[in-house]
Amino acid sequence: MSQNGLLSISNVTMRFGGLAAVSDVNIHVAQGELVGLIGPNGAGKTTLFNLMTGVYTPTEGSVSFLSETLNGRKPYEIVRSGMSRTFQNIRLFRELTALENVKVAANMRNETSLLSAVFRTPHLLRNDDEIDNFSRNLLEQMDLADVADTRSGDLPYGLQRRLEIARALATKPKLLLLDEPAAGMNPQEKVQLMDLIRQIRERFSLTILLIEHDMKLVMGICERIYVLEYGKLIAEGKPEEIRKNPKVIAAYLGEEVE
Amino acid sequence: MQEFVQNLIYGVETGAIYALIALGYTMVYGVLRLINFAHGDVYMIGAFVGFFACTQWLPFKDLSQHPEAATLNVLLAIVTLFLAMLICALLGIVIERFAYRPLRNGFRNADAHFWGFVAALPLTAFVGAMTTTKRQGAFLAVGVIVGFALRPAMAYLSKKIKPSSSRLNALITAIGVSLVLENGGINVFGADPKFIPDILPKRQISLLGIEFDSSRVVILIVAAVLMATLRYIVLYTRPGKAMRAISHDIDAAKLMGINTDRVIAFTFALGASLAGAGGFMVAAFTNIKVVPLFGLQPGLKAFVAAVLGGAGNIPGAALGGLIMGVVESLVASKYPQWRDAVAFILLIVILLVRPAGLLGKNTAEKV
Repeated sequence: MSQNGLLSISNVTMRFGGLAAVSDVNIHVAQGELVGLIGPNGAGKTTLFNLMTGVYTPTEGSVSFLSETLNGRKPYEIVRSGMSRTFQNIRLFRELTALENVKVAANMRNETSLLSAVFRTPHLLRNDDEIDNFSRNLLEQMDLADVADTRSGDLPYGLQRRLEIARALATKPKLLLLDEPAAGMNPQEKVQLMDLIRQIRERFSLTILLIEHDMKLVMGICERIYVLEYGKLIAEGKPEEIRKNPKVIAAYLGEEVE
Repeated sequence: MQEFVQNLIYGVETGAIYALIALGYTMVYGVLRLINFAHGDVYMIGAFVGFFACTQWLPFKDLSQHPEAATLNVLLAIVTLFLAMLICALLGIVIERFAYRPLRNGFRNADAHFWGFVAALPLTAFVGAMTTTKRQGAFLAVGVIVGFALRPAMAYLSKKIKPSSSRLNALITAIGVSLVLENGGINVFGADPKFIPDILPKRQISLLGIEFDSSRVVILIVAAVLMATLRYIVLYTRPGKAMRAISHDIDAAKLMGINTDRVIAFTFALGASLAGAGGFMVAAFTNIKVVPLFGLQPGLKAFVAAVLGGAGNIPGAALGGLIMGVVESLVASKYPQWRDAVAFILLIVILLVRPAGLLGKNTAEKV
C-alpha cells in the first residue's frame, strides 16, 4: 500500500446469494491520482462503487478511506467524510431546480438542528447565504449559471450529466467517483467531458476514480487503469500496458463473440 | 340556496380537517412509499391530549360561571393546541423509530431495549393485577427487572429479523401499530365516550343571511395557517428540501450526504403534529365524543383524500381533503345515509378514472 493512500479496497468480496459479483478485489488509489476502472458489462464495476459508498457492506474484506475503515458506516457519513459520486443513469432530483439540487448536497455538510432550520435562526440565515453563494459560484464554474433556476429534469442530457457532477462537487469531496460519465454522449461531447474532468481535478484538487466503457476516453485521461472481469481483477497498469495486455484484449473480444 | 351555502361552509370546514390528516399520509407516502395506517390514531391521540388538557391538566374556567375568563381560556386553548401538536409529533417519531425504521434498516440495540420492555408489559400487568394497589412500587420494579431480563432475548431474536424492503411488510406493520394504538387507547383511556366542555365563547355569525358558529371559523383559520406553514417548510427550508430530494430518489439522497433517517423522522413528526392539531380542534369545537376509535373513520377518509389528490403530492392532499369534505357535506344534506359511503365511492371512481390522483403525475412503471 502506498504511503499517501486515499482509498484502499483490500480483498473485497461481495456475494448476492450464490453469485460473487466481486471477488477478492484489491484496489488502491493515492491522493491526487486519476484512476480508471474498466471491464465488460456485468463485471462488477458499479457493485464496487456501491461497496465504496456504503450502499452495500462487503461480504468479506474491507474498504478504507483516509485510513479509516468504512465497513458498517452509513452512506451519508461516508459522503460527509469526503467521497462523492455520480450515477450511471442520471439520478438528479428531477423536480428540483439545478440550484436546489446543488444546495441540497451543499447543505448536508454542515448539519444544523431541525428546529433552527425551521425557525431560521440568524446563524442559519448567514449560513444559508454562504451556501447560496457557494452553490451559485459552483454552477458558474461548471458553466451552468444560465440554467440555475430551470427544473433539472427539463435540462438537456449533456447539461444533466454536468449538473450531476456539480452536485457531487457540492459535497466538497476529496475523492470523486464517476460512474460512466460519458454514457450516451456524442464524440464531441466526450472531448468536452475529458477537458471538464481535467479542469475540475485541477481546480478542486480532486482524486478521481472513474468507470467508463469508452476506451478512448479512459486511455486519454487516466493515469492508471484497473480491469475487472466477472468480478475479478485481471489487470492493472498504465494505459499503454493495459492496451497491450492479452488478457484484457481477450476479455473485450470475448464479449463481442458472445 | 341558503342551505346549500351553509352546507358548503360546513363541508369546507370538515374538508380542512381531512386535509390536515391527509397531509400526514401523503408526506410519509412521498418519502417512504408507505401508507401509514396508524396516522388516524395519531389524530385520536391529539383529541385525547385535548380532552385531558381541557379537563385536568390546564386551569380552564367554566365559561357559564366565569364569563370574564374568556381571554384566559383562549390563551389556554392555544397552549393546548401546541401541546397536542408536540405530543403527537413525539408519538410520530416514536412510531417511526421503533416500528418502521427497524424494518427498513435492521435492528439496533436500542430497539432491543424497547421491545424488551414491551414484551415485559403483559407480565407486569399480570403481576399488577395480582398485587394490591398499595404495592405499585414493587410491581413497577418487577416490570423494570423483567424488561432488562428480556433485553438479551430480544437482541437475539432481532438478529433473526432481516431488514425488509417489502412494502407489504411495512403496510402490515402500519396496521399493527394502528391496532396497538386503538386497543391500547381502550385499555388506558377506557372505551366510554368523553366530551370536551365548551372552552371558547361561542358566537353565531350571520353573514348575508347565512348563520354559522364562530368555532367553525376558528378551525378553518387554524388549518389554513398550519397548511401555509407546512408549505413554507417544505418549499424553503433545508429539511423541506431534503424531504423533496428523498421523495424523488432516496438512494441518491443518501449518496449526496443526506441523513435520510433523520429527515424521515422529521416528516413523521410534521405529519403527526398536523393530525394532532386537527384531532384537538374537532374534539373541542364540534362536541363530538372522544373515544379510542375516534381516528378510524376520519383516518380512512383522509386516506381517500390523499389518494384523490395524488398520493405523495402535498397540494393534492389539501385539495383532496377539501373536495371530500364538500362532497360529503352536500351529499349528507340530501341523503344522510350515504354520508360515509360517498367517500369510498369517490375512491373507487378515482382509482378507475385517474389512479395517479387529481394532481398526481402518471409515471411509467419500469419493467
